[in-house]
Amino acid sequence: MSPSVPLQEMIRAIRSARTQCEERGVIQRECAAIRAQFRQADNGGRSHNLAKLLYVHMLGYPAHFGQMECVRMIASPRYSEKRVGYLGAMMLLDEKQDASLLITNSIKNDLSHSNQYVQSLALCTLACMGSAEMCRDLAPEIDRLLRASNSYIKKKAALCAVHIVRKVHELGELFAPAARTLLTEKNHGVLHGAVVLIIELCERNPETLERFRKTVPDLVQIMKGLVLSGYSPEHDVAGISDPFLQVRILRLLRILGHNNEGASDAMNDLLAQVATNTDSTKTVGNAVLYETVLTVLDIKSESGLRVLAVNILGRFLLNNDRNIRYIAMTSLQKIVGTDHNAVQRHRGTIVDCLKDQDASVKRRALELSLALVSATNVRSMMKELLIFLSSCPQELKSHAASGIFNAAERYAPSQRWHIDTILHVLTTAGGDVRDETVPNLIQLITNASELHCYTVHKLYRALLLDISTQSLVQVACWCIGEYGDLLLRGECQETEPVQVTEDDVLDALETVLQSHMSSPATRGFALTATMKLSTRITDNVDRIRSVVSIYGSCIDVELQQRAVEYNALFKKYDHMRAAVLERMPVIEKNSPGHTNGESMGEVKENQASKKPTEPKLLPQPANQVCDLLGLLGGSEETLQPSPSTALGLLTNTPSTAGGNLLDLLGDLEPEPLTPAPLVPVYDKDGVALTLSCEKQSDTAMTVTLIASNSTDSDISSFTLQAAVPKSVKLNMNAPSGDFLPARGAAKVTQMVVLNYQNKVNLKMKIRISYSSRGSTFQDTVQIDTFPGL
Amino acid sequence: MIKSILIFNNHGKPRLIRFYQYFAEDMQQQIIRETFHLVSKRDDNVCNFLEGGSLIGGSDHKLIYRHYATLYFVFCVDSSESELGILDLIQVFVETLDKCFENVCELDLIFHMDKVHYILQEVVMGGMVLETNMNDIVAQVELQTRMEKSEGGLSAAPARAVSAVKNMNLPEMPRNINIGDINIKVPSLSPF
Repeated sequence: MSPSVPLQEMIRAIRSARTQCEERGVIQRECAAIRAQFRQADNGGRSHNLAKLLYVHMLGYPAHFGQMECVRMIASPRYSEKRVGYLGAMMLLDEKQDASLLITNSIKNDLSHSNQYVQSLALCTLACMGSAEMCRDLAPEIDRLLRASNSYIKKKAALCAVHIVRKVHELGELFAPAARTLLTEKNHGVLHGAVVLIIELCERNPETLERFRKTVPDLVQIMKGLVLSGYSPEHDVAGISDPFLQVRILRLLRILGHNNEGASDAMNDLLAQVATNTDSTKTVGNAVLYETVLTVLDIKSESGLRVLAVNILGRFLLNNDRNIRYIAMTSLQKIVGTDHNAVQRHRGTIVDCLKDQDASVKRRALELSLALVSATNVRSMMKELLIFLSSCPQELKSHAASGIFNAAERYAPSQRWHIDTILHVLTTAGGDVRDETVPNLIQLITNASELHCYTVHKLYRALLLDISTQSLVQVACWCIGEYGDLLLRGECQETEPVQVTEDDVLDALETVLQSHMSSPATRGFALTATMKLSTRITDNVDRIRSVVSIYGSCIDVELQQRAVEYNALFKKYDHMRAAVLERMPVIEKNSPGHTNGESMGEVKENQASKKPTEPKLLPQPANQVCDLLGLLGGSEETLQPSPSTALGLLTNTPSTAGGNLLDLLGDLEPEPLTPAPLVPVYDKDGVALTLSCEKQSDTAMTVTLIASNSTDSDISSFTLQAAVPKSVKLNMNAPSGDFLPARGAAKVTQMVVLNYQNKVNLKMKIRISYSSRGSTFQDTVQIDTFPGL
Repeated sequence: MIKSILIFNNHGKPRLIRFYQYFAEDMQQQIIRETFHLVSKRDDNVCNFLEGGSLIGGSDHKLIYRHYATLYFVFCVDSSESELGILDLIQVFVETLDKCFENVCELDLIFHMDKVHYILQEVVMGGMVLETNMNDIVAQVELQTRMEKSEGGLSAAPARAVSAVKNMNLPEMPRNINIGDINIKVPSLSPF
């Protein structure tokens, strides 16, 4: 190969630079020289300059000033300059640059050049960076080349046509007939290009797919020729005749035979032949076999063939070569949905692959294992998966954890096992679990009422060992707060008894409160738990009081607020303390995304369903809204925060007062449309809330709240809570959603029904809470006047 | 579809980069760094497939690589390509380079980057596999190189001089060369 001397010298100079700084200096000098030369008129060394520029570009330095030079070089009559010019165009230009339009004409001329290599350059560039307009312009040229040229050009034109079809879908029709005729070519390169083109056409357009089904016999013929023919030295790769073409044709057969009986029948023989005749000792043979297996499993093949295919995959799984095992697992993943039992047979091998050193193999094995968990094998699989979790690489941990949770939820044989499994995951990989784990686990625990004692003992022990895993600590704090009395009682059937004194428990919670490792949310959990214990323990109430009052001046606003409220609970509302802090009722599970559009017509107001909100809202609503009402002088009976369901305190709300309420709700229109005026009541930080009212009767009114988000980031977990004075009855219907996309793309609407005796006292306080950009916000607004009243 | 082809050495220095999907320059360099980071961590006896990094395409894309002595050949492909097929394609490409450069080594790739691009253009075009027959590829590359050489340019000046001499028609030169007083009779020479 003749060296390009100036390029070589520059490369040598760059390589001899010893530091990054020196290299930058050399390159800057060279680039300046190149720029100067570009500005000059034509000199013999233009191609060298552009080659130098491309080298510099590869190293990462800016090279955009070469774009016009590329255009000029492409237009030059000399082959060497054209060559570098086209290479430069492919590296530096793309359809977004204006300069790319300028080369359209050159490409057009070069496509009809007498020299086939110039034609091939043009085809290559068009296939790499042709924009939609260029493709439309030049498509007829490509079609002409597909029909009448030598095989070298034909194969390039075929791939260029694929690119055109990808850019401009409608042009697929133009190329279909030419593609059909190309299948009769003998040259393997052209055949390969034709098959790729047909695959692309069939994938885009189902009618074309129908038309090309007729070519299945021809394709089968070609394959037979390849598989059964004797040794042909020019196409041979390790004993297999043109494996690349075989693989391509098999893929096309797969697309043509999918969901079609006739085509699948025509292929059955051939596939059986390929599967049995191909030599699987080399990688190439395995490539063909693998493609055959995928095809067999994807078309409507006969059952014997399917069994053969799965057996081949099983053999692959036991192969020593890790590559083969990897692809075997990839293909098993694809069929685990349909041929579940067949894959189950190989469960042992797959689980063994979990222990392989290779990270890619581990990942595949993990996905497949998670897909194979079923009700019968859940205990043993879970054991294996938990062992895997403790030693798996970091990037797989959260995926593994969430997979285990899903599997546990679906197939848990007993509640105790379920709780144990989740606790195990939290202790091994607690830092990598998702946020919903904490409320889900809490909900699970409250549901398993007979296991409360066992759970709280286990969690307490885990807390003593390690307080760094936030999710575990949060759950532990919550449980200790709730079931502290069970913990202190000491005996528990399911686990060894341990004597826990009140001081120990309070010490543990205080450690969490004071530790640097605890996040603000965790400390909130701990503070509330401490507070709850004040009703469950007998001796150390003063200690609790002092803790609570210390945090009344904490810097963290959330903690401070809580502490102040709890203080108030001790001082002014001590008579209510026991009622407020009693056991939480069982939380009803609601699957996320269930927005309850249908609850508009529901009568029982307590059924406003729970949404997956931030965990700290769940144990807190009684306490927080209590304070909301403290300002309005109301009692807890009239509050109804929208996310929570049956708070035990609300059982005496007017669902029993039946009669007129039912009628009123029956009258409600489902649409929140109001002819009444929309009044903005809150606008801060890009979140705006507007209100409109509609009187239903003299004593009832529907208030519609519409929230919108004009910031640049999305808002999630948007919730509204409302409180009204004692004389007014409030019923909140489910909101339309809790997600506000950025820039006002959608709004959230919520309807509230108010029943009152006299209008004088009608006020409403609304608390807005949401999370945006990873942090939570809360705000309150008071509405004193209602429009339309 | 092949999204990109990267060749870099054991220290991460790029020897050839080819993207079949548009990325801005700094993005390209970031992709190279990330790919090198992922690939260099791998042992030599693990499988040659990597789930791709997040920059170049995410979950649908795989990195298929082979490590030869000091060079990593990395192909980033999506799910429409057969993984084992691409592995064989890398082998074909390397063997072609070997035939074209005679016992190719890293220095050949460094100093003849443009030639390597031209060879690659015969194997993969627009992200799709074009030709896998080694002999065909080598033959085409040879023909193109010959075309380029025949056009000339500065580097071909010696070749031009030789052909110019060959084309000189010596018998046309005058028989009497007047160099002052001396009258030299030039004998008639037979034509070359």
